[in-house]
Amino acid sequence: MTAWLVRRLAAAMAIVFAVVTITFCVIHLAHGTPFLPGPDQDVDPQVVARLRQQFGLDRPLPAQYVKYLWALLHGELGESFYLRRPVADALADAIPPTVTLAGAALLIDFLLGLACGVYQAVRARRFADIALGNLALFLNAMPTFWLGLVLLLVFGQWLRWFPVAGMRDPVLCPTIAGARCTVDVLWHLALPALTLGLVGAAGTARYQRAAMLEVIDQDFVRTARAKGLGEGRVVLVHTLRNALLPLITLFGLAFPFLLTGAVLVETVFAWPGMGRLSVAAILQRDYPVVVAAALVASAMVTLGNLLADVLYAVADPRIRARSERA
Amino acid sequence: MNLGKWLALAAAGAVALLAAAAVRRRAAASAAGRRFLAHPTATPGVFILAFFVTIALAAPFVALDPNSMPGIVDLRDRPPSVLHPLGTDVYSRDVWSRIVYGARISLGIGALATLVAVTVGAGVGAVAGYFRRWVDAALMRLVDVGLSMPRIFLLLMAVALWERVPLAPLVLLIGLTGWFGTSRLVRAEVLSLREREFVAAAQALGAGPARVIFRHVLPNAAAPIIVSAALGIGNVMLLEAGLSFLGIGVPSPAPSWGSLIYDGWQHMAAAPWTSTFPGLAIALVVMALNAVGDALRDALDPRQEGP
Repeated sequence: MTAWLVRRLAAAMAIVFAVVTITFCVIHLAHGTPFLPGPDQDVDPQVVARLRQQFGLDRPLPAQYVKYLWALLHGELGESFYLRRPVADALADAIPPTVTLAGAALLIDFLLGLACGVYQAVRARRFADIALGNLALFLNAMPTFWLGLVLLLVFGQWLRWFPVAGMRDPVLCPTIAGARCTVDVLWHLALPALTLGLVGAAGTARYQRAAMLEVIDQDFVRTARAKGLGEGRVVLVHTLRNALLPLITLFGLAFPFLLTGAVLVETVFAWPGMGRLSVAAILQRDYPVVVAAALVASAMVTLGNLLADVLYAVADPRIRARSERA
Repeated sequence: MNLGKWLALAAAGAVALLAAAAVRRRAAASAAGRRFLAHPTATPGVFILAFFVTIALAAPFVALDPNSMPGIVDLRDRPPSVLHPLGTDVYSRDVWSRIVYGARISLGIGALATLVAVTVGAGVGAVAGYFRRWVDAALMRLVDVGLSMPRIFLLLMAVALWERVPLAPLVLLIGLTGWFGTSRLVRAEVLSLREREFVAAAQALGAGPARVIFRHVLPNAAAPIIVSAALGIGNVMLLEAGLSFLGIGVPSPAPSWGSLIYDGWQHMAAAPWTSTFPGLAIALVVMALNAVGDALRDALDPRQEGP
């Protein structure tokens, strides 16, 4: 198990390294350079040249790459071109909001998806199952950001139940700390988390329903019923526990989905996270931030997959045996 | 929208119904087709797809000029009416007509980009699965790297850094970032097919690798390829919408569904229909594609279980 884990971790690091290299090459080889004035701006070319020299952009690409890797090995992500601060600081500000959003969305995704999936399996092929199933198909087919826009329009603009943008109240929050502020953040979090969570839950419910239906006809479930257990206990304890494995796969798949969704949903709700930071950095050609964002994103995806595999091994003795043999 | 256009629209609906009925008739003749029809959502899915393809092809007959601005003062941001069934936008353009012409672009991008993705994916998967050893290892590590980055991030980088990207390279880029999953599926299929006797027979008759792969192995791996194509089109359409929403998708004023949502977003409060209906169109078509894709998987590939 340990040897397997070490091998997987090494593979994950190799993948992240490859992503950093590819990102570095793509953005540096791309057409257009940072610090290039627009057609309507009158900037002294000497200033541009000096800036390029200051950030080391005048040196050949392999030299820049080696320098970047050397700094990266020492844990330095460089200085942002536009934000005038170290990239690590910008990431430190942007990662917590994204983790909050993704965590809340994941919670809604799995709780709601699990509940719907179990309920649908119990009511299989009845009206409630078909209605929920079609609703899930519809939700699953929506562009995430469009659902966000619709929720924003209905609950933010018309009903005015929730704020329309940002993460905290700019007037209230810096002055009043503590519990009130946490409530304020949660209140701002509701719509973006619901947007991401609902679309995710639609997928989770479909998988969970299928997994439940596969288990619910098996002999041990009939035995549980035959020995006189209540239906609630049969479904929630005997069936559900054995139908939870596919959920681990979904957990691994959720990371790319959440990151992609975060890019768009953060833009809709002006949520100050990784997604907005990386979109802005790409559009401004802020090379160090782009590479760092790619590093964080690919690390999250690969580690998510690894975590799912580990959870699989923990939950399923058959898989544990196989990975020990390999 | 005058009477003639409404009649043409009714005719388009009838054509879609006939197409769905024809598909049902053809499918009922085979066992796989009956498995396809057993899906309750397969037939409505085929109908929705047929309807959108029909109005996209017959756009000039069922819609007005999508770029004409008949009355910038008194016709802007009008709610839905008989003349403008889905309302007008801030430039007094007819939203229905823009959705109809947008169907050409959005469905076109979806189909073409998926064609690119599936072709590359099938090719890479077949080569990796057939030659195994270091070819397989190298290609699959490449796939691992590709899958480890969110696709929208890859595209953002590629699209944003090359300034404005015209339509054709955009389609190519979307396709070239979407083949990773397909290649894994095809590789797995080819790995098992290459051990079968008909492959050994072809090799014994002196067929080279190219001939074996294209004439003998790939045709037998068609099922996963077709299914991932059907499910891939919907993904591409969602992706295109997201890119357009970030302002780097299909260049304006071409009305793709994503750029329609993006354009309407600024006027969401005054004219919610400008953004709502294009989004509904995407949701409907993607839902239909997913339904048909699921049904196809059950019909063609009974071993591969889906939800």
